[in-house]
Amino acid sequence: MTGNHDVIVIGAGIVGAACARACAARGLQTLVVDAAGVGGGATAAGMGHIVAMDDSPAQLALTRRSQQLWSAIAAELPTEVEFERRGTLWVAADEEEMQEVLRKQTVYAAAGLETEVLDARSLAEAEPNLRPGLAGALRVPSDAVLYPPAAASFLLRQAMDLDAKLLAPQRVVAAANGQVSLDDGSRLYARRIVNACGAEATRFLPELPIRKRRGHLLITDRYPGFVHHQLVELGYLKSAHSVAADSTAFNVQPRQTGQILIGSSREFDAEDSTINHALLGAMLRRAESYLPGIGRLRAIRVWTGFRAATPDKLPLIGPWPEDASLCLATGHEGLGITTSLATGELVAAEIAGVRPEIAAEPYLPARFGDGIRTDSESMLFGEAAYD
Amino acid sequence: MKKDFDILVVGAGPAGIAAAIAAAENGLRVGVVDDSPSPGGQIWRRGTQPPTAARRWNDRFEAAAVVRMMGWRVIDCLRLTPEGGILRAECNTPGVQPADLHFRHLILATGARERFLPFPGWTLPNVMGAGGLDAMVRGGLPIEGKRVVIAGTGPLLLAVAAQLTAHGASVVAICEQASLAQMAPLALALLRQPGKLLQGAKYRWATRKTPFFTRCWPAAALAEPNPGPGSENEPQPRLQAVTLHREGKQWTVACDYLACGFHLVPNTELASLLGSRIQDGFVVTDQQMRTSIPAVWCAGEPTGIGGVDASLLEGRIAGLSAAGKTEAARALSKRRPGMQAFARALERACRLDPRLRELADDQTIVCRCEDVRMAALRGRSGWRDAKLHTRCGMGPCQGRVCGGAAEFLFGWSAGHAHPPLYPARVSSLMEEAEEEAMAASSSHPAIEPE
Repeated sequence: MTGNHDVIVIGAGIVGAACARACAARGLQTLVVDAAGVGGGATAAGMGHIVAMDDSPAQLALTRRSQQLWSAIAAELPTEVEFERRGTLWVAADEEEMQEVLRKQTVYAAAGLETEVLDARSLAEAEPNLRPGLAGALRVPSDAVLYPPAAASFLLRQAMDLDAKLLAPQRVVAAANGQVSLDDGSRLYARRIVNACGAEATRFLPELPIRKRRGHLLITDRYPGFVHHQLVELGYLKSAHSVAADSTAFNVQPRQTGQILIGSSREFDAEDSTINHALLGAMLRRAESYLPGIGRLRAIRVWTGFRAATPDKLPLIGPWPEDASLCLATGHEGLGITTSLATGELVAAEIAGVRPEIAAEPYLPARFGDGIRTDSESMLFGEAAYD
Repeated sequence: MKKDFDILVVGAGPAGIAAAIAAAENGLRVGVVDDSPSPGGQIWRRGTQPPTAARRWNDRFEAAAVVRMMGWRVIDCLRLTPEGGILRAECNTPGVQPADLHFRHLILATGARERFLPFPGWTLPNVMGAGGLDAMVRGGLPIEGKRVVIAGTGPLLLAVAAQLTAHGASVVAICEQASLAQMAPLALALLRQPGKLLQGAKYRWATRKTPFFTRCWPAAALAEPNPGPGSENEPQPRLQAVTLHREGKQWTVACDYLACGFHLVPNTELASLLGSRIQDGFVVTDQQMRTSIPAVWCAGEPTGIGGVDASLLEGRIAGLSAAGKTEAARALSKRRPGMQAFARALERACRLDPRLRELADDQTIVCRCEDVRMAALRGRSGWRDAKLHTRCGMGPCQGRVCGGAAEFLFGWSAGHAHPPLYPARVSSLMEEAEEEAMAASSSHPAIEPE
């Protein structure tokens, strides 16, 4: 493992695995280092929703491109990845939210995404367990679900088939100027170092504009057919959360096993992995308000995980202005599973010095310029992003 | 529903009963919660005729001023501070609202469960736990005239054999994986406890017609050939025989039931959820049975598999100590070293032969909930890695069955427990604790898969 590498990727989550795969595919000698195993951080804690999102044109471009890349490899994904094109239903509770459905449809259409507007009746037919009286929904059939740790494993295996190497478990203590220091005292050298450490990215770069945003998820026993699509409420768009307040939203996912994942919650400044029972309760009551029968299902497990949140809800992908050897691939908040593939593509293009498929500028860390604050309290964090 | 206790005891086996009585006799408000319909724990509910000692303790427990919540399961901890905390419990009876159990002091007396080891055919119907079969027979399963093979390790095998024989079963073999030499120190330790020795002799006398093999274990459970046409009402293959292995020899014994128990695994999930220190699989306590967490005590099998007498003693110490009777607790704790010597001899006698790791082949299922086979687990780096990438232990049993097997097979120790401690209704996790002004957090790490 010693000697020089073209690229060292720190972090074997799904983003790190996708970066390694894309770099190896460009013929770059790539080494991945992780303190634990493959896909054990936020990758293991998240839902695994491949979703097109339109909070901003840049977010739509990144998620749309990623969705295309997932589609391109869908046939190759092994069964344990549990990839299923379930489609998303953006559920509108009232006429005001139906206006949002129409707006969303227009935006998605402009991006080449086919969608379908469901009225109240077709929504009830599509998902009989939703409460009566909902206004309708936007169906995005190209959205999918998968099991993220298995997906990360698959991407990393592909990278290793292209001669990438994995060093794990091995903790990195410092990474700068083309040099990676390990906790056993040894050092590794590379032309470029990719920081793909999610919410832990600040361990090596404390000045990064990233804050941990804790989330809760619950998984049930097997109830095949209880829901058919990934169900997400549109309601949060009009709710007036203050920028840093804790919040919950209705977001429910059917797993291939018949199990159901129930989310979601968002909290800043919760640094440990304990359960916030008040927030968990609020999250479950929110889910029950849409799916009245959900309280009768058996819960098997509740856990928390940390999203890496940025002030403008866009990830940090590309060179770090302070250190030419460093390339960032973090700050994906709740969209890292989806956007891992486009992130890898952008990182590999940057390192290989070629033009990427989509414009890299919106995601460049340099957008925060000299104004990057070390005091995270003073950062202006935007409205709640998607889970 | 909200209930307030000075002392809350989780588990109504010997340790929990003794703890509750000791605390209640000192005038404190004591509650006991247990998921079984009646007290006694695995050991007294199950198995042999309740011995005199059990009846005496049960009578005292019935007479004590203790709130008994039988048929309730603790599913989560909503708050824990040095001054006390709140556990949430769910009733096994559908339609009953969950209860929040407030306490100043908490005593964990959560007992132990049987360890299962995977071997080809172990998932066939009628292959079950030794204690489990015993309980089913006591519950009315007709066993008369049925041929039973009992295999595994530990004193439980003989007790179950005696019990089944008394119910008319034909126990065709008792297979103890340990060697005689390995069991010798236990016999020596028993010399100091003539009662136990006598009971063992009685069991062996009751089963004198049954061969007792040491260094012997099941190599495979065999099914009837696939049922032919016309037997659609019985689609699952049934146990027909078991191949036994001893000292390089194998032979096959026809049987209707195979009862297995490879000693015991302590129930430490609640202790883990609370963040209590656990070492080598057991909850760490001081001589007063205090755990590493203020306000939490632990007694009985979770601190070390020591049997009924050790559990009763530790329960009394914990009950007295939690009630503030430190001197009395300290005096009693002087009797612990003898008990611990017995526990060590028992542990040594039941130490599993490394060759048992070879029983499962690549196709043998290890995790029954998620159908995870041995081949999928080989090469994983640990329990969490295995959970994430194979789903092992992610089903409704939450790893209670396969976790004990994986610990022996691969040396993986279980990670931190997650709420709910048992599969619980989603609605039971919806309401905040009563009289909670602010968001309360329990203290356990919880980054986990899916």
